[in-house]
Amino acid sequence: MRDDVLSGGFAEAPVEAARAFRVALEAMARPGTIHTVSGAAAPAPVSVAASVLLLTLCDRETPLYLAPGHDGAAVRDWVAFHIGAPLAGPGEAMFALGGWDALKPLDAYRIGTPDYPDRSVTLIAELPDLEAAGARLTGPGIREAAFLSLPEIDAFRANRALFPLGWDCFLAAGDRIAALPRTTIVEAL
Amino acid sequence: MSVTDVGNEARKGWMGLLARAPSARLAACLEAVGAMPGFDWLRVPEVGGVMVRGRMGGTGAPFNLGEMTVTRCALRLESGEVGHAYVQGRDKAHAERAALVDALMQGDRAGELRAAVLAPLQAAEAETRRARAARAATTKVDFFTMVRGEA
Repeated sequence: MRDDVLSGGFAEAPVEAARAFRVALEAMARPGTIHTVSGAAAPAPVSVAASVLLLTLCDRETPLYLAPGHDGAAVRDWVAFHIGAPLAGPGEAMFALGGWDALKPLDAYRIGTPDYPDRSVTLIAELPDLEAAGARLTGPGIREAAFLSLPEIDAFRANRALFPLGWDCFLAAGDRIAALPRTTIVEAL
Repeated sequence: MSVTDVGNEARKGWMGLLARAPSARLAACLEAVGAMPGFDWLRVPEVGGVMVRGRMGGTGAPFNLGEMTVTRCALRLESGEVGHAYVQGRDKAHAERAALVDALMQGDRAGELRAAVLAPLQAAEAETRRARAARAATTKVDFFTMVRGEA
């Protein structure tokens, strides 16, 4: 068994998970803001930010989908030891982790039902970089407009059109996270 | 040395023994061994519940017997061996000592620990069982039927 499979969890789980949850909540409530997290390290290629999100949000009752590129023996073992989340296909998953292109096609995921719009997937997309420039974001939680470097715009516009159904998305790059809920209106500049 | 070299059965044996041992006795045994090597936590001691399931007669359909509080932890020694422990109750120090012994048993000091910790614990456990069996034996009633001389 590889060395990095057993390490990389929270050192003080209750405190760090609470802090990380607050950050995730803040990121989702104010789309476009970029936050920094620390304290976890899954085997490569999972970033620090994505590891923190997995440890904080997932447990044994949330099926997790690992997209190609992130799906490997080391990452599976790490998830099994630290989280215990069952691995599932995109159609059943409540969380999905992967690079933006690896997560596609996006219509394979659950978007909820009219009665239960919350039964949808939360994507955790790994990006090479994240900065407050690029696409223009407006909508709930944003005072006037926010800007965020998105991997693409059409997918988010199509997702917004499904409202109140649709998926929500965390963007992770290194130790930085941002989030884009389904309510945010995305426009190209 | 990895887990498979040690043998899963043997490891199962000492992990069970460490989990059943009274916390104070394990602490005393470990004190006698001397300085413990440094280690890193892989999973800090945490308390949780497990559902204990049973089967009537050992072969019937499984049913939930009840919940049980357990403490678990995992650590890695400086020399690389990984030790795990699951113990009953909320004693985090007990879990830590059990995981430490589990890790050391996979390394070079296995013989020393077997003599200083596992053997005394095994003897104490056997003695406790024997004493309880002896106490129960005094209450045993042997029924026998006297043959009447009518026939």
